[in-house]
Amino acid sequence: MAETNGSSSPPTGTTGSGTPEPPHAKRMITFWLIISLVVDVLYYTLAGPHMPPGDMTSAASGAQFDLNILMICALPVILGVWTYLGYALYNFREGRPGTLLTGPMAHGNFRLQVGWMVGTTVLVLGLFVFGTAELIIPAGAGGGEGPDPIWTPTSHTVLPIQVIGQQWKWTYRYPTYGGFETTSLVIPDNTTIAFHVTSLDVIHDFWAYQLGIKADANPQQDNVAFTTTHQLGQFTVRCDELCGLWHGAMYGFGHVVTKAAFAAWATRTEAQLAANTKLLPPFQWTYVPDANGADGGYYPDNVDPYSKVEIYGAQKAKV
Amino acid sequence: MAIDTTAPEAPLGAAPPPAAPAPHRPVWLQQNVLTAIVLAVAGFALGHWAGNRIAGGYPNVAGASGENEVAICLSLGLGVLGWLLGIGALNYPIAKMFGREAIQEPYNPSWTRFFKFSTDHKVVGVQYFFGVITFFFTAGLLAMAIRTELLYPTNHLIGPGTYIEIVGEHGTMMMMMASSAVVGPLGNYLVPLMIGARRTAFPRIEATSFWLFTAGYLVILTALPFGGFPTGWTGYAPLQTQASGGMDSYLVGFAVIGLGMILAGFNLIATIIHYRAPGMTWARVPVFVWSILATSALLALATPTLVTAGLFGILDRTAQTAFYVNERGGSSFLWENLFWFFGHPEVYIMALPGFGIVAEILPVFTRKPVFAYRVATAGMFGVALLSFFVWQHHLFQSGINPDMRPLYMLTTELISIPTGFIYLVTLGTLWRARIRFEVPMLFALGMLFNFLIGGVTGVFLSDVPVDVTVHGSFFVMAHFHYTIMGGLIFALFAGIYYWTPKVTGRQFDQRLGKIHFWCMFVFFNCTFFPLFILGLLGMPRRVFTYAANLQFLNDFSSVSAYLLGTSFLIFVANFIWTIVIEPRPAPANPWGSLGLEWQTPTPVPYYNFERIPVVMNDPYHYAEADADPVADISLPPPAVAMNRPPAAQAIEP
Ligand code: HEM
Ligand SMILES: [Cu+2]
Ligand SMILES: [Cu+2]
Repeated sequence: MAETNGSSSPPTGTTGSGTPEPPHAKRMITFWLIISLVVDVLYYTLAGPHMPPGDMTSAASGAQFDLNILMICALPVILGVWTYLGYALYNFREGRPGTLLTGPMAHGNFRLQVGWMVGTTVLVLGLFVFGTAELIIPAGAGGGEGPDPIWTPTSHTVLPIQVIGQQWKWTYRYPTYGGFETTSLVIPDNTTIAFHVTSLDVIHDFWAYQLGIKADANPQQDNVAFTTTHQLGQFTVRCDELCGLWHGAMYGFGHVVTKAAFAAWATRTEAQLAANTKLLPPFQWTYVPDANGADGGYYPDNVDPYSKVEIYGAQKAKV
Repeated sequence: MAIDTTAPEAPLGAAPPPAAPAPHRPVWLQQNVLTAIVLAVAGFALGHWAGNRIAGGYPNVAGASGENEVAICLSLGLGVLGWLLGIGALNYPIAKMFGREAIQEPYNPSWTRFFKFSTDHKVVGVQYFFGVITFFFTAGLLAMAIRTELLYPTNHLIGPGTYIEIVGEHGTMMMMMASSAVVGPLGNYLVPLMIGARRTAFPRIEATSFWLFTAGYLVILTALPFGGFPTGWTGYAPLQTQASGGMDSYLVGFAVIGLGMILAGFNLIATIIHYRAPGMTWARVPVFVWSILATSALLALATPTLVTAGLFGILDRTAQTAFYVNERGGSSFLWENLFWFFGHPEVYIMALPGFGIVAEILPVFTRKPVFAYRVATAGMFGVALLSFFVWQHHLFQSGINPDMRPLYMLTTELISIPTGFIYLVTLGTLWRARIRFEVPMLFALGMLFNFLIGGVTGVFLSDVPVDVTVHGSFFVMAHFHYTIMGGLIFALFAGIYYWTPKVTGRQFDQRLGKIHFWCMFVFFNCTFFPLFILGLLGMPRRVFTYAANLQFLNDFSSVSAYLLGTSFLIFVANFIWTIVIEPRPAPANPWGSLGLEWQTPTPVPYYNFERIPVVMNDPYHYAEADADPVADISLPPPAVAMNRPPAAQAIEP
């Protein structure tokens, strides 16, 4: 934006003592171009590769690239305003010889105004096109895409994992492994994953930081987010939407392991948890909230704690 | 009816106020803040009793911890009604309803007028100033508590329960305060003076808006004894439906404050449109007034959504409706949509007045006209209009209408174009100027510096892939503190330092003012800049635990926050010392402004202008020796003198 600051020829004026006005605009633009270039290059080479959320998955590296491009556009804008402010405040301060401008330039400058508007519009539209491409091509960029995503990954082998938020913990169900439910999140490397995020009570938000995944967990909604893993390692999971008292404690870790290790873990866990899985409600994409949950106790415990509807966490009615 | 049909061109009779035929009230029956308290308490008790009578036997309306929501909501509602009755806000409509003439109190020049229902816009402005400051300091203390808890990653000085209460209370109070921070004190006080009017269009509505504002303050404070609310200022359902009694204070409080905001907005819109003095054409209206007009439009058009959404929430909690209850056919998305449909215009309610103050003050301290005046007004109205089309950017990861995200990304980024206009205007005004670094100017420049960072990070947030990383994190926190605290509050202080000599006839100590500015500026940036980094490093908002490696940045921010808090004590000390205890008389026009408001006598007489002025020029023709005067009132001497360029600095022919 700031490049338009001086795009019009500076008004020619004279100082009180008759010396010609120095070429303010030219000086500023030169300084600004140099410093922007230096800072952008330094940023991209030194900071860029380390910017969050890293490159553990496709969504993460996409977000990192996007963040870097935005920084490269934003830094010159900020530097431009700072340059101008610094220059103007120093050179045009009271007590330093200078003219007061009462000509047409003082009330406005048509070319400068149009230039500024065109400049900011071009920048903004460019960012919009870039952001949209970065959202659609990588299948939603790791953000929650609602129950039926229209931007989906090209891979044919997608591993679905259900993420269930409840006050105040995360659990995970693996529908392709018999729908067992566990509190540990283990995912295979080099695999496209579809996180199906839902909630049993209030709104939570599943944030797998290093995976570049973030999706709200809404009660009775299935919110899908995709990513493809690229690296082995541990990642952080936090709840990112205020969900009540222990929101800050919905904090944990997950692991990206090799495909073989994942298959071994999943089959083993499926077998270990088989007895528990039978007690769980059958796997569904969403569940009716717990009787004592979001509803704020509208169905008091003594009336009918587990309604006839299939409720997550309910024991099967004993006949 | 409050509508005054007198055209502005036909001024009312000269001061003092017209002899009203209405009867007077004996002193011992006069209403003031004490009667308001008495009736508010009575209303509260009555509501409590009635609520328990009506719904006491129903376990369904008992909140999580067993109290009766109907009783709480009724006691808050009737308490507010009692407050309004007690202060006398409803005397006029009630008297008229019974076909009687309303009792009118005589004009009261003593200090007690500040504790009464006053229809003088200058009294309301001063009342609002103290109201806003009280609100701000209360919520500021809560912020200190938040930062204290965050000193350690896992040790809890406060504990999660209290922490969540404090976070919600802080955020909600600050948002309530910031919505009226400039419009209330400066808008009400200055707009009539700046447009050459004797009063605002609906003085009783104006005064009522202030008393609703104070009622909102009291109601939101009651959340603490009721156990607080766990939702933060955004109040998301179903957590809202689940929460205990404090949630009622949040919903009623926002509804009450919201009503005040709507009334304040309507009054100022009508005033600006209809009460401009002859000659005050739209092209001569000061930029500050333009910004108040744009803000008032947002207040009047966006706030009804908040009030309605709050009423739905109250009904869900008391009358067992299911607006936000998913299992019974409602939708938690409904609250998110309604809240942010209000919420985004609200953030510009908290930005536009700041733009207005800065653009208004800059010409005075640069001795130059506002650069590209029309662009400034276009920018403010462009922002106001676009702000209704962007709300989904708060819900990018929510799963609501995910296919629409590109559209909302576009509209959000488009908003930065009119926002950029403001920078063109302010930076252009500095070009080859004669800049005086007085205290108000420093705050205005500080606002430009901070808001730049706030605005640019807004563009990061509007980019969906980047928002996946930063949504709901400390990055968002830093973003809006840079725009609201760094933008609006800095501008507010610019305005306070700038207009206090007009309002009080007294002048702050300028050295202390400068120290205040530098402390506030440095510590503000030290407090909030690290939060951007914390957010990028993965720290979510509103948590009491964080990763151990983030402790240094958190502690740095906390210590800076304490110092930032302390810097306000400098302001308070300055205020008490130089304005109250040992008043320093201010010159009639200390900054050499051409603004119409400076051409009234100080203190401003009850009727502002002895004769409605005829406006002949806009107030920005600094350093133009041959410019027409602003109005047909003689300028106080310093302005005239400063309006002429010093001989040494000749102007080109
Ligand atoms: C160029 C202008 C701006 C842009 C592009 C912008 C963009 C955004 C976006 C996209 C978000 C949502 C972030 C998220 O939750 O993921 C956001 C949040 C927010 N913005 Fe801005 N913003 C701008 C200016 C402002 C201004 C002027 C204010 C206030 C004076 C403001 C106050 C807020 C607040 C309070 C929130 C967070 C609300 C919450 O979640 O509690 N923004 N902004
Ligand atoms: Cu949470
Ligand atoms: Cu917004």
